Amino acid sequence: MPSKLIESTMRTENLPHIWCPGCGHGILMRDVAQAIDNLGLDHDKVVIVSGIGCSSRAAGYMDFNTLHTTHGRAIAFATGVKLANPELTVIVITGDGDAAAIGGNHFIHACRRNIDITVVVFNNNIYGMTGGQYSPTTPTGEKGTTAPYGNIDYDFDLPELAKAAGATFTGRCTAYHVPQAIKLLEAAIQNKGLSMVEGLSVCPTYYGRKNKKGGVIKMYNWQKNNCIDVKKAEKMDPEELEGKILMGEFYHKEKPEYCEQYEAIIEKCGGNK
Amino acid sequence: MEKKLVLNSKWCKGCGICAEFCPKDVLAIDHEHCYVVNEKDCIKCGLCELRCPDYAIWLEEEDK
Repeated sequence: MPSKLIESTMRTENLPHIWCPGCGHGILMRDVAQAIDNLGLDHDKVVIVSGIGCSSRAAGYMDFNTLHTTHGRAIAFATGVKLANPELTVIVITGDGDAAAIGGNHFIHACRRNIDITVVVFNNNIYGMTGGQYSPTTPTGEKGTTAPYGNIDYDFDLPELAKAAGATFTGRCTAYHVPQAIKLLEAAIQNKGLSMVEGLSVCPTYYGRKNKKGGVIKMYNWQKNNCIDVKKAEKMDPEELEGKILMGEFYHKEKPEYCEQYEAIIEKCGGNK
Repeated sequence: MEKKLVLNSKWCKGCGICAEFCPKDVLAIDHEHCYVVNEKDCIKCGLCELRCPDYAIWLEEEDK
């Protein structure tokens, strides 16, 4: 018998999950489940939508209404679900490749529309499932199977990208900082509009090994020592923040939501008759 | 209500996160599985439960 939370939010017959030992995805998936549980949402009114990749296996494990869709298209499917039934709480669990490369266009346009969906990107900095190819969030200079001499691309800052595209809630959390992550996810789910949370994961198998990060424990210690809350960072000097990664709630703004706007158009044209 | 540390070694992949970040060194890894070495020092903070990627350790409330 697992814990009460796992029992009530996961399909325990499918556990243990497929993720590697030390993979941050398991922690992040639990954070999402805990946030849903803390908010007291009706499980039958929650939809988890995922695409393809390590992260997207989450839809198979979580015991809600779930939709495991095609590569990069999770947000497109989620848009359809939300428009068809705006009562539902729609949460997309996607990866860095799925959201920012293959599904990059769906991602920015969902942000632009400000549709009430929460997009949680499990960012492991690499394409794990297919063997360690570099992704749009692989840091410059780091290695992947397709970048054996180091990646020359600049990496995306996903919350900044989402904000620029029109999302009304953005933030970042890590697999190490669990209580903060759960709080952030609760706020993201509650925002009426598109919320984007980047969850920094840990991939010891591909990203870690390719870049000689020293194994699971060193990678989590790196997050512990290098990720700083945005509120704390405000009081720090720029030199102290060199090489650090900010986390916490970055941006939150009220703006009319897409489904409500759509409903208003229906009303304007004579209503649902 | 007392809380009790429970382990499910079938799900444990022995990653070592729980043992590394336990503030009281209650846990250790042996033969690729987590086990309790020092239960009396456990302060029931639950950090192991929060950080276990495989849901193999948790605090359970038990009636006394």
